Amino acid sequence: MPTLTIDGQQVTVSKGATIMQAAEALGIYIPRYCYHPGLRVAGSCRMCLVEIEKAPKLDIACYRQAAEGMVVHTTTEPVKLARQSILEFLLSNHPLDCPVCDQSGECDLQNFYMEFGLYQSRFLENKIKRRKAFPIGRHVMLDNERCILCSRCVRFCEEVSRSHELGIVNRGDRSEIALREGSQLDNEYSGNVIDICPVGALTEREFRFQCRVWYLNRAASVCPGCSRGCNIELHYNVNRPHQSGGKRVLRLKPRFNAEVNKWWMCDEGRYGFEFIDAPSRLQDFEIRTAQRTVVASREQAVQTLSDWIGDSIDRHGSQSLGIFLSPKLSNEDLYGIGKFARHVGIDCLDFRNPSERPGYQDDFLIQADKNPNTRGCLELGLYRRSEDSGGWMAGEIQRGKVRVLIVFLQDLALAPEFQQVLGRLERLVFVGSNRNGTAEIASLVVPSATYAEKDGSFTNFEGRAQRFERAVVPLGSAVAEADLVASVAVSFGMQREEFERERLLSDLRREYPFFDQEALNPPELEWVYQTPIGQERL
Amino acid sequence: MSRPKDAMNRLRDPEALSFWQRTYVPEILRGLKLTAAHFFRNLLIHIFHLAGLWKDRRGAETVQYPEEVRGYSPRLRSLHRLTKRDDGSPRCVACMMCETICPARCIYIVATEHPDPNIEKRPASFDIDLGKCVFCGFCVEVCPEDAIRMDTHILNFAAYSRQEMVWDINRLLSNEPQRVEGIGEIRKVK
Repeated sequence: MPTLTIDGQQVTVSKGATIMQAAEALGIYIPRYCYHPGLRVAGSCRMCLVEIEKAPKLDIACYRQAAEGMVVHTTTEPVKLARQSILEFLLSNHPLDCPVCDQSGECDLQNFYMEFGLYQSRFLENKIKRRKAFPIGRHVMLDNERCILCSRCVRFCEEVSRSHELGIVNRGDRSEIALREGSQLDNEYSGNVIDICPVGALTEREFRFQCRVWYLNRAASVCPGCSRGCNIELHYNVNRPHQSGGKRVLRLKPRFNAEVNKWWMCDEGRYGFEFIDAPSRLQDFEIRTAQRTVVASREQAVQTLSDWIGDSIDRHGSQSLGIFLSPKLSNEDLYGIGKFARHVGIDCLDFRNPSERPGYQDDFLIQADKNPNTRGCLELGLYRRSEDSGGWMAGEIQRGKVRVLIVFLQDLALAPEFQQVLGRLERLVFVGSNRNGTAEIASLVVPSATYAEKDGSFTNFEGRAQRFERAVVPLGSAVAEADLVASVAVSFGMQREEFERERLLSDLRREYPFFDQEALNPPELEWVYQTPIGQERL
Repeated sequence: MSRPKDAMNRLRDPEALSFWQRTYVPEILRGLKLTAAHFFRNLLIHIFHLAGLWKDRRGAETVQYPEEVRGYSPRLRSLHRLTKRDDGSPRCVACMMCETICPARCIYIVATEHPDPNIEKRPASFDIDLGKCVFCGFCVEVCPEDAIRMDTHILNFAAYSRQEMVWDINRLLSNEPQRVEGIGEIRKVK
């Protein structure tokens, strides 16, 4: 356990820790390009040079191990001069096309140059021309002129995705990033190379020119793509809607969580946000009769739903009501719906869509269960334990027992069991964010808010409950599921306050000890990226 | 305490006025004399002008806008224009610097891919809402490509609707720079 001094502060680190890690522990930031905590040390960029007393020359903080009694300086003149010279060297073949570069605003070359750079350029020679802006995979665009050869992307493909598509070819100032012959960068995790690229060499094809990054705001969220529950940041643009054609959520970025996803996320999750602003979004309450479909107000729709539920209970008892939940709902929404169901005596509940098949999975992040909150549904007990899938509810409808069915998000019309029987229902209510086959035949359609439009939490497959925060307002008249239930529950003698978000969460934690987890405390957000973007609304 | 004996202070403080000034009558007559002298002088010159004489003397100092205009200074900030490349396409690369700096938020740019990867980015649309513009010139200052300028010397772009005040990329590209000549000189507009 060596104790060393960095910039006059003492710190004790574990044996084998580097100066970089020790500085990090003290909150001292040492600029770096090639160093990334999730990758092996390359030591090639020389940006993290620090002065170590009694050492003959400057040494790199990312590789030099901390030793007992070491005295390190990170802000002295020799260090500053070294950084300045390295930046001058890196810029010697950098095209400086920041106006057209998507990275500008979150570019470490820009940021460090602003801080440590040599402002009077001495460069007279001609820059080396290279190939610019060409796709190297489904999601990634490469610009060889902008590359500073930090090799983060190469090491990512070797160590994390283990797909080995990228390498550095040629020598000296002719070196450049290249694909292995005959291959494309299309592994399941290719999007991460865009995040770790410190400059604009690797940019995102989907996000390209959609919005300048300084217009983006961000919210801490949890990926709903599978049951892993990777921690993410939601980057959204509401200040300049014309730039991205009205689309609000523009990209997802992984948020560091040592226990879940570290620094990474998969491409499936990264590009699975299109549904939030898709044309298929439901925006209006619709009441459908045999003849026509009318757009209703929220009050009318809530009244209609309350009437149907009340009427069915009066005539056939609460056994005549069924609720088909979704593992895409948040813990709070599920708990709110469950609370209401218990209050009026509905016990015909399930969430397991019989038509759903396990998807692709691997041994890293991607899980076969493509729902973010299956574990939450299970822990809340919102299913019939004696059956292995939700198909039993089709039998109940067939026998005429269930007469009114409320479906959340799921497309039951896809399941063969239900296709036959949905027509037998007196009333089919669909609550969901996007139009699907079930919404087409439902007698009442309620538009609901997506995970980007409400606060809540998902429970991942390991049982870790994780909060996500609201980024944008619900589209059109969309409502959060628990708010809809609250409006209906008022007619059945419940209090609206019972369905407030924070109240739902605190009740849930009290009633189900499983959910009483540290991670559900109000989050303190730690941003992964060094560059603060979009904090002030431009 | 002595006070400065300038006219404004004397007007503010009646005590400082002399007896004749306080009666007003001589001062009013003095003013009428000045005005009347200009009136008759201008009347005389206009009569001579009708007779084709004294053409080099102005009848009155007033600039008869819009029949006459003064030559504008090169630093005047007038209607914007977008500059062009040799092939006539806009120089603008849609970097959004002007949109970002604009204090009136009157610039609306949509970026898209340029077919040439060495240019990479171009504006799909570039609108300036002149109804909002405050003519501060920040957009010209900040442009890294010299793609926007305010040297057209066009000042009369009023329109009958707010929508017509929004200039799109084609209108902005069609504006031409105005050559600067005779700053401050009064010119007849043909």
